[in-house]
Parts: sequence; structure tokens; C-alpha cells
Amino acid sequence: MVLQTIWFFLWGLLWALFFMTDGFDFGIGTLYPFLGKTDQDKRIMINAIGPLWDGNEMWLITAGGVTFAAFPLVYAVMFSSLYSALMLILFALILRGVSFEFRGKVDNPVWRKVWDSCIFIGSFTPALLFGVAFANIFQGIPIDHNGIYHGTLFTLLNPYGLLGGVLFVLLFLVHGALWLSIRSTGELHERAVSAANKLWPILLMVAVVFLIASKFSTRLYDNYIAHPIFFSVILMTVLALLSVRFFISKKTFFKAWFASALTIVGATFFGVIGLYPTLFPSSLSPKYSLTAFNASSSPLTLKIMLIVVILFIPVIIGYQVWAYNLFKGKVTADDLAHEEAY
Amino acid sequence: MDVVLLSRLQFAAATMFHFLFVPFTLGLSFLVAYMETKYVKTGDETYLRMTKFWGKLFLINFALGVVTGITLEFQFGTNWSRYSAYVGDIFGSLLAIEATTSFFLESTLIGVWIFGWKKLSKKAHATVMWLVAVAATFSAVWILIANAWMQNPVGFTIREGRAELVDFAAVLFQKYAIFKFLHTVSAAYVLSAFFVMGVSAYHLLKKQNIDFFKRSFRIALVFGTIFSVIVVVVGDINGVIIAEKQPTKLAAMESLWETTTRAPVYLFALPDEENEKNSIEIGALPGMLSFLVFHDIDAEVRGLKAFPKDERPPVLITSFAFKGMVGLGFYFILATVLGWLKRDRLVDSPKYLKLMLLSIPLPYLACELGWVVAEVGRQPWIVYGLMRTSDAVSPIATSQVLISLIAFLAVYGLLGATGFYLIAQNARKGPEIQTGS
Repeated sequence: MVLQTIWFFLWGLLWALFFMTDGFDFGIGTLYPFLGKTDQDKRIMINAIGPLWDGNEMWLITAGGVTFAAFPLVYAVMFSSLYSALMLILFALILRGVSFEFRGKVDNPVWRKVWDSCIFIGSFTPALLFGVAFANIFQGIPIDHNGIYHGTLFTLLNPYGLLGGVLFVLLFLVHGALWLSIRSTGELHERAVSAANKLWPILLMVAVVFLIASKFSTRLYDNYIAHPIFFSVILMTVLALLSVRFFISKKTFFKAWFASALTIVGATFFGVIGLYPTLFPSSLSPKYSLTAFNASSSPLTLKIMLIVVILFIPVIIGYQVWAYNLFKGKVTADDLAHEEAY
Repeated sequence: MDVVLLSRLQFAAATMFHFLFVPFTLGLSFLVAYMETKYVKTGDETYLRMTKFWGKLFLINFALGVVTGITLEFQFGTNWSRYSAYVGDIFGSLLAIEATTSFFLESTLIGVWIFGWKKLSKKAHATVMWLVAVAATFSAVWILIANAWMQNPVGFTIREGRAELVDFAAVLFQKYAIFKFLHTVSAAYVLSAFFVMGVSAYHLLKKQNIDFFKRSFRIALVFGTIFSVIVVVVGDINGVIIAEKQPTKLAAMESLWETTTRAPVYLFALPDEENEKNSIEIGALPGMLSFLVFHDIDAEVRGLKAFPKDERPPVLITSFAFKGMVGLGFYFILATVLGWLKRDRLVDSPKYLKLMLLSIPLPYLACELGWVVAEVGRQPWIVYGLMRTSDAVSPIATSQVLISLIAFLAVYGLLGATGFYLIAQNARKGPEIQTGS
């Protein structure tokens, strides 16, 4: 019981960390065609996330792996029922990853254009579809007692699902614009700041609409009403989002980015707390929902995995913070001159 | 076409494509780390140029290896959900441990290595590549433990309709896993050594950067020789383990139909699965198989007919893949031995250099054939003796899998072609003259 609850929240935490880290990569990739006016701009944008995106994406692999290890039934049902959406995400991630590596390897405008579009598609698609997928999980997925999915890709594209997608895209756009503000100079920097400024009110509006829509489309608030203390998480998330604006106006972009990171973690936990103890709710009947208690691994496996996670997640965070520290300065012309640079 | 077949084709395509890049990463990371350390220790600029040149090829390959690895992890859930639910308790935790302990380190540090030339001291930068190499190796350890468990499930009990872990140590330290790991990484090292030797041979043939490529060749030759021998020796031990744990796979590998003492090895046999015999048998070495797997020429080896038809793997594919792999294994030893004979007059041995250039694809082929033996030879089981592949598939629409399979083939085909084009182009170009450091 306790083990399963711990794992439920660890599961939520890993997804939150994935959205928080790879989120700004997605954001920059989506802003890429709009903010990158010259080839130099584009290269700065790619190199702003170049050293970090691969490590960031690992949070996804780990979240997926941990779902497999701790909640095998959720892993099985979630990924088979969201088959098409997940495949689209995976292909997008493949395109994004190779684009960074391939783009600069051949000096030809057409070649670059091809990979430029792949960077955009490969960043925008996962941002949108992760939002769509999670909003659908919040409201329930049509799965039956055998975990068989009664729907198609288009079932997921319902208004609430799409609203979730838009929310994620906006969260990541602001997050990405802020990271770019940290790592760029001159006109590109100005454009990044202005993008963050312009997108922020839209994000706030969509976030508010999402919070209200969740009242009508999901049962997330049940847990909050039962334990009002959890409303503080929502409150803190909103405060974090408001302070993003504050720090932007103070031109302290690292703080703004950090507040944006907290917003993303908070937004994820808004859903995770609301879902508890369900990981994958069925919209057909609550009896078919997969929960931390009916879908978990054996106590032995949960214990072993807990030890692994307790030992290694702090180490991972340690070396990732170290890597972020190495690469949080401005991307300079000197950096771009490196033959290994993207 | 049903969901099972399509899902199998998709998994085969995704895995085999992924494994075009993995062995190179496993081997070249150590070679590049070694070159960089040589540079740090001696200050010799040639070693720096070597690090950069081979490092560049390494990185193109690495990118493809990483992105294709992600789909594999999720495919267990998308296409093999019954399997995932049945074995997640054990198999899932191994994948999660791999991600947490190894893959994470590798992926984070590769970015540091690429972009950290000026941000880290020379020594620290070289250390980063060593850590990448070690992390990649540990990734292989975990993945191969997981695969070994599919070949020979241990340390579990069946409870509530699924396999649950009872003895973690039994899973980690089983003989099958240890030797599978040694065999696979040795093969990976052979592949990267032959790649470096082959590309070096190309430039030596053209008499470009002779010192640079002679040295590269020499390093790879040492590496390649050691592991060409190890991969065959360990492969032989694997045969013994397979005879004990997976008799149907062994019989299929050797195309042996009748249970017999003094079981032979055929140099060539064309199995006729319909009539349960070999329609052509050439070069039987009597007692050889008994000797190899039981160290006794009179030992009895069970043939395929000793097992029900629906528990036999496809014989033709398994046996041909096996023979091809073994033949290539011996060729690699021969090619490296020749290398030692010619080592001081490489530039004057154009025939040998041509041979090594043309040999670049062969270890790739051998690695893929090895996986065909391992995976096709395990059929009809997804977990040997425990769960059938046909029971493991997700309850999803055929059309979905058909579309994703086509997408896989198209996307991977294009990426593979692009990736190898870039690798070949950069390999041909040779090292930069100046490495503005």
C-alpha cells in the first residue's frame, strides 16, 4: 500500500521532470522557424539546447521504463491503447534527434531546409500530443475490462484533449523562449524575450480555462475537495506562473526560466494528485481503471526498484545540474566555430 | 497478415536497424577514449586529430543509435502488451534499471563531450568519454540480462497469471546472461575494429595521412585481434549453454533432425521442414556436434523430431544465420592474423588493404545474423518454454500496425541511408589538417 503510493508519486515526478527538462527543447524547436531569421540564429537556437536535449530526453525513457517496471499493466494498456499517438511522438522524436546531428553536416541550403522542418515537426508534435494524451488520461480513456481500447487516434482529439495539447505547447513555448533568452544575445535575445512576453498572457488564459474545464471534463477535483490542503499545489503553480512574468520584467531570465520549470512540474502534479490512486482511468467504467493498487508489480520488484531509484535519481540530478551549469552561458560565435557544434 | 506477424516484422526491423549502430558505439567509444587519453598523456597532436576524426564518425552513428533505441523501449508496450503485462515485474525492471543507471549517464555525458572541449580540462574531457564508454557497456549488460531472461527464464514464480520476481540475483548472474554479454560486446568490438581498419585501409590505399592511419590501424588491429578470438571462444561456450537450456534452438542451428549419438556438424545442410529432413547434406563431421556441446563425441544430442512440431523454430533461417555467423567469425580471426603478418608493410600491401576495406560490412552482417539466431531460434516462444510469441501481442487493430510498420520502414530506410552516407562521406574526407586548439 505504502510502496504503491510512493511509486505512484515517483511515476508522476518522472513525467514532471521530463516535461520540465525536454519541455524547453520542444519549445525552442517549435519557435525555431519563427525566431530563427538567419542561419546564425538557427544555429544558436540548436546549440542552446545542443548539449542538453539528449540527457533531457532520458527522463522520458526513464518514465517509460519505470512505468514498465512498477506498473506493468499500465505500461501495457497505456502504450497499446495510445498506439498511434505514441508512434507519432516516437517518430517525431527520432526526426528531431537526427536533425540536430545531420543539419550542419552538409553545406547545402536544401539539405538544411529539410532538417529545419524536421526540427519544427519533431518538437511541436510531441509537445502537442503529450498534452493531448495526458488530458485524455485525466478525463479517462475508453478501455474495457481486458484493457482493450475502444476508440481511434481521433477519439483523443476531443475538445478537452486538444485544450490539454494547446496548454502543453504554450507551457513549452514560454519555457523554451526563456531558455533561449538565457543563452542568446542581441536581436535573437530580444526576439526570444518578446516571444515569452507575448505568449505568457495567452498561456495564463489557457491555463485558467484548463483549470475550469477540468471541473467539467474530469474528476480530478474530487481528491482536492476531499483533501483541501492539496489546493495549495494549484495555488503554488499559479504563483509560479505569475512570477514568470515578474522575473521577465526584471530581466532575470534564469529565475523566470526556473519559475516556468516549477509551473510545469506543478501543472503535472495538478493532474497526478487529482488522479491518485488511478494511473489510467477508464471512461467506460471506474471498475476497469488501472490503479496503483491493481496494476503494480510485486512488492519485491517495487522494493528493488525503489532502492535503485533512491540511489541513482539524486546522482542523475547531480550530474545534470553540473551539465546545465557548464552550458547555461551565452552561446558565442566561438562555440559555433567548433567543428563538433551542431 | 495478422497482428502477430506484422508486430514481429516491425520489431525485427526496429531492432535490427538499432543494432546497426549499437555495436559501433560500444566499441568506438573505448577506442576514442583511448586515443584522447593518449593525446592527454603524450601531447601528440596526431592523437587529438584521431580523437576528433573518429569521434565525428562516432557521433553520427551515436545519434542514430540513440533515437532508434527509444522506439524499442516503447514497442514492448505498444505491440507486445500481453507480454509486458506478463513479464513486466522482471523484464520491465531490468529496462528501467538500464535507463536509470547507464543510458542516462551516457546520454547526458555525450552532450558534455561534444560541447565541452573548451569548458573542461583536457583530462576531464577525456574522462567524460571513458564514462560514456563504460555507461554504454553497462547499458549492454542490463539489456542482455533482460534478453537472457527471455531465452532462459529464472528466478521467478507464476502468481496471479504473471511471472513475478523471487530471486533477483538468479536473474542477474545466470550463466546465460554472462556469456551472452561477453559474446555480444566482443562482437561489437570486432565490428568497430574492422570499421577503423577498413577506413584506415582506404586512406592507406590512397596514400593519404599515412602516419595517422597506420597508427589508427594498429590500435584497431590489437583490439580486433583480441576480440575476434574471444568472440569465437565465448560463442563456443554459448553453444554448450544453448544445448543445455534451449535444445530446440541448438537442433535448429545445426539442422539436426534425428536424436543421435555422435551427432555431426554439417558444413552445409539444406533443411526440408515439410519432410523433417535435410534435402542436401555436405561435409558431415561425425561426432563434432556431440563433442562441441557435451565435450564427448559419443554424447546424445536431441534432434528436432524429439520435439512437437509446434515447438520448433524455423530451421532454415536459424541454421543459415548460424552457419553464416560462424563462418564470418573465423574469417575475422584470419583477417586479423594476416594483419599482423603485414603490419610493417601495410602501405605496400594493396590487396590486403582492399580486402580490409571491403570487409567493413561483414561484422555488421555477423552481428545481425547472431541476433537472428538468438531471436528466431527462440521461436515459437517469446519467453522460452513459458510464453508463446502469438500470445504476447497487443489487442490492437491490424491496420494500425500495418501503417506503423510501413512508416518504420520508410523513416528508418531514409535515415539509415542518410546516416551511412554521412558516415561514409566523412570517413572518406579524412582528418582535418588543423584542429584549432
